[in-house]
Amino acid sequence: MSGHEEHKGGVRYGMVIDLDKCTGCMACAIACHQENNVSFRTDETDKTRNIAWMRFYLLENGKDYPEYSFAYLPRPCFHCDAPHHAPCTFVCPVNATQRDERTGIVNMIYPRCIGCRYCMVACPYHARSFNWWDPKWPSPMEEMLNPEVSTRMRGVIEKCTFCHHRLNRARDKARIAGEDPDKVEYTPACVEACPTGAIVFGNLLDPESEVAKLAKSSRAFTISAKLETYPKVYYLSSKPWVRKLADKGL
Amino acid sequence: MDKALIPEGVKRCPFPVFVLWLLFLFAVIAWGVWAGVSVLWKGLNLTGLNNYFGFGLYITVDLGVIALGAGAFFSGFLFYGISRFFPALKEIKKIINLAVVVGFVCYTGALLVLLLEIGQPLRGWFGYWHPNVHSMLTEVIFCITCYAIVLTIEYVPIILENRKLDAIRPVHIFGHSLHEIMALFALTGTFLSFFHQGSLGGVAGVLFARPFCYRTGFFIWPWTFFLFVISAIASGPAFTALICRTIEKFGRKQLVDRSVYELIAKIEGSILAIYIVLKIADTLYWAMVTAPEMGFKLTDFYREPYGMWLLFAEIVVCGVVPAAVLLSPKGRASNTLMFGAFFLDCAGIVINRFVMTVQALAVPVMPFDHWEVYVPTVYEWAPSIAMLAYGALIISLSYRYLPLFPRERELNPT
Ligand code: SF4
Ligand code: SF4
Repeated sequence: MSGHEEHKGGVRYGMVIDLDKCTGCMACAIACHQENNVSFRTDETDKTRNIAWMRFYLLENGKDYPEYSFAYLPRPCFHCDAPHHAPCTFVCPVNATQRDERTGIVNMIYPRCIGCRYCMVACPYHARSFNWWDPKWPSPMEEMLNPEVSTRMRGVIEKCTFCHHRLNRARDKARIAGEDPDKVEYTPACVEACPTGAIVFGNLLDPESEVAKLAKSSRAFTISAKLETYPKVYYLSSKPWVRKLADKGL
Repeated sequence: MDKALIPEGVKRCPFPVFVLWLLFLFAVIAWGVWAGVSVLWKGLNLTGLNNYFGFGLYITVDLGVIALGAGAFFSGFLFYGISRFFPALKEIKKIINLAVVVGFVCYTGALLVLLLEIGQPLRGWFGYWHPNVHSMLTEVIFCITCYAIVLTIEYVPIILENRKLDAIRPVHIFGHSLHEIMALFALTGTFLSFFHQGSLGGVAGVLFARPFCYRTGFFIWPWTFFLFVISAIASGPAFTALICRTIEKFGRKQLVDRSVYELIAKIEGSILAIYIVLKIADTLYWAMVTAPEMGFKLTDFYREPYGMWLLFAEIVVCGVVPAAVLLSPKGRASNTLMFGAFFLDCAGIVINRFVMTVQALAVPVMPFDHWEVYVPTVYEWAPSIAMLAYGALIISLSYRYLPLFPRERELNPT
């Protein structure tokens, strides 16, 4: 399951996205933007420069009607579990992005990022977006910003954090209740918003968790597994062409 | 005043002509400064970079000039380091001042452009404060800064040789003392430069999830680490020789003996030949083993405008051909062939840096992703061209007012 054998804790948060269930409604992406104060521009024509923590890809089987088939693939950060380092955390010169070995979450320290974009270049999944402009929210949207998540400044990288602030909130609650903060469960915003229940989140190291069971399903696969990045986001599909499309092969 | 500053016994162009030339250079620099300040003020959205192309022209230019500036460290190594064992290398002394000046402009220019490249320039110093020891970029940041300082120290005694400055006794003594310890700096520079040329290659080679860039290697260093070092020394002195030739053409006089060029040609030809053999071996191993293991075949990496022609141009036209010319006595005997080969050699190294920076990012890794094309804007061209103008400015001033070429007077008796 994981390329990283020596976890400091017994927790490795991960996600399974069922492409058979995904309707492409993008509720997860909208919830993510709202939850994480992801900025946008009034003109988003240039999709190579917009910020998307959960980006959608349209997969097609390349055949004509009536054999034509398609699927949607939502793509968050995969919080890669490659040994020692994720591709991105390995290269950051200032340690502005690191993997928390107690949870497996790849985080971002925005005020430390110098904006060199080396991590963006290292990530093969385009999970990282650069803030090309100063973030602005049209009035009165600024009042709707989530106070638990810091906004980002121009010139830094941002990406999906598995709603890390929700984990912190859950840990605080556990501490107050006298429970073990390392054993908490929480739900990221995208999982909560998905109307078809296509996204499942939890501890991949807990064999009883739904996410761990689904990750072992015969329908499960990861994107570009040959790269040995060991994504902690799995996909499910019953269509062989979708599974085949996920990985290049000779 | 101008006349009093010009070294004794040498001829320079009339002052008004020089002023016109300077005005032209200042105009180009002002254009670049305007573009650079705009980028700092309004952000990198002015450039052609995007979330696919995190690196672009700025980095290509930086990598290119840093490789071409390697003439400084390699000439220093040849002259101060090993010429006592190989007396023929003593010839390098005749061009080493120019190599230092070229190295100085390449490195300081690259640092200036690097400032534009990062999204948060005010945080640039975090590289020293929060270093990630695993990152090749950390190695680059440390080594380039140290080496730029070393080059500045190497440049100072050349400046102090100016007629007016040298007439001041304490300055003369200081300059003389610096000269005495220059070997130490040259060898420190060699060490630092070796590492950062290598780590610049490592920047691409360690990207283990990017099949176009990733290379296996030795210990913690991918093969690109070593290839970048060798290619830099295979082109740096050739670039210095080209600049020297350009000054000769403009000044209509000889500045160094032809034997210096021939020596550089022999050295560069040999190193380039070794480099090209290694580069071909690396390309074959990458195409047949590394990339297929990651699910890619060679043809996946080349599509217009970044087609196979780039690979052919880099390895054959700008590698095999100049190496063959420089290694043949006939090739070295003809100015057109020899300087043409120097030019191709330098062009090949710039193509290599471009390919490892830009083409590397055009190639989609996810099977359902797109092939992208990068088009730099004027905000990237202007600072890059201005950097060349800055180089021309420093070299022009140094040539006019400093005794860069010890043989100039004898070669051009008045
Ligand atoms: S998906 Fe990209 S950004 Fe996320 S951990 Fe992996 S390499 Fe890093
Ligand atoms: S852009 Fe920021 S997070 Fe990414 S490598 Fe550079 S400093 Fe690190």
